[in-house]
Amino acid sequence: MREIVLIALGAILVNNFVLSRFLGICPFLGVSKKSSTAIGMGGAVIFVMTLASAVTWTVYRFFLEPNNLDYLQTIVFILVIAALVQFVEIVLKRFVPALFKALGIYLPLITTNCAVLGAALLNIERNYNLLHSVVFGLSAGIGFTLALILFSGIREKLEFCDIPDVFQGLPITFIAAALVSVAFTGFKGLFGI
Amino acid sequence: MAKPSSKAFSVLKNGIMKENPVLKMVLGMCPSLAVTTMARNGIGMGIAATFVLTGSNIVISFIRKIVPDKVRIPVFITVIAGFTTIVQMLLNAYLPDVYKELGIYIPLIVVNCIILARAEMFASKNGVGLSILDALGMGGGFTIALLIIGSVREILGAGTWMGLTLTKDIIDPAAIMILPPGGFLVFGFIIAVINKISVLKVRNKEISSGCGMNCEGCAGQSGENGGDAQ
Repeated sequence: MREIVLIALGAILVNNFVLSRFLGICPFLGVSKKSSTAIGMGGAVIFVMTLASAVTWTVYRFFLEPNNLDYLQTIVFILVIAALVQFVEIVLKRFVPALFKALGIYLPLITTNCAVLGAALLNIERNYNLLHSVVFGLSAGIGFTLALILFSGIREKLEFCDIPDVFQGLPITFIAAALVSVAFTGFKGLFGI
Repeated sequence: MAKPSSKAFSVLKNGIMKENPVLKMVLGMCPSLAVTTMARNGIGMGIAATFVLTGSNIVISFIRKIVPDKVRIPVFITVIAGFTTIVQMLLNAYLPDVYKELGIYIPLIVVNCIILARAEMFASKNGVGLSILDALGMGGGFTIALLIIGSVREILGAGTWMGLTLTKDIIDPAAIMILPPGGFLVFGFIIAVINKISVLKVRNKEISSGCGMNCEGCAGQSGENGGDAQ
């Protein structure tokens, strides 16, 4: 139990995927302009990341590893994630149309979100078991969402700031991200992680 | 003879200067920020990505007429993943140090948006020769950008550069530059410098041609005025 809590806190706060591992920067910058889109994207990422962690772990341990095919890891994982995203899209559309409408446009973007593939690879690298992998995927997704929502709040405020010409747009966004990241480095050493 | 070679040159130059994938298009941010704690790592990542990009551009350019339009993206991703695996195995075998330093960011080349973007925008529309040049140009631009970010971060954050000791003994290095926040900070400032340079260039052009097509600048200005009004 203690280990699970540590994995979760580590992925959400201490080694936040976006702010300290630089995974998923593209969606972090792309959809953080408004809080509502940030929440939509975050929800989709949490959902897919948890599923992808479970599925890639199962495929690796029960199919690739016994057959000595671990060098196919990258190819198989990216195909599994792409297929999974498609599958989730179809299932949601059919059975939970309300959720599909909310997450709709964000789902296809997730295939190329390196946070999802990153979580799948880290699960294997760290020899997590299935439960740990799922917890890690779920909390990495929550960490991503947390960073995204915090940052979107800051960006909404930035719109009204008087920023020097050359810093307008991307540069000030990155500098704001640096400050959020500084805040998150404050969690380093928390609970001895 | 002069014409095709000049086109080839412009394709090559395009990736390094005008459409630099990192500094101008802001693609492939994850590796650009994650591995650039040292200039050497930046170069390693740049070369690995250039290799994948060249390989995938060649193959995709060869098969562009056979692949049906509807399944082209999955096919492209599979090709890219294949080359990523090759790079991963080569690095593991011949440069284990670099492999260890870059860690999971090597397999993550597969989701680097630069590579899929070039496959979709260039290799699937052009011949093999031009696709190779495009890959080398884009890869070169990526490597140079990583080298710049890595150099700034390493000099400021550790006082060294490529193993040489520079300012380490004179001033205390600002360790935050090699920590994650430094990545965001340095990149923000580099983009600001590039904005400044391109604003100056546009201003010089404007004198002769009216609107310098800097739509971003115009939007920024109107936004600023709106803010003042409120």
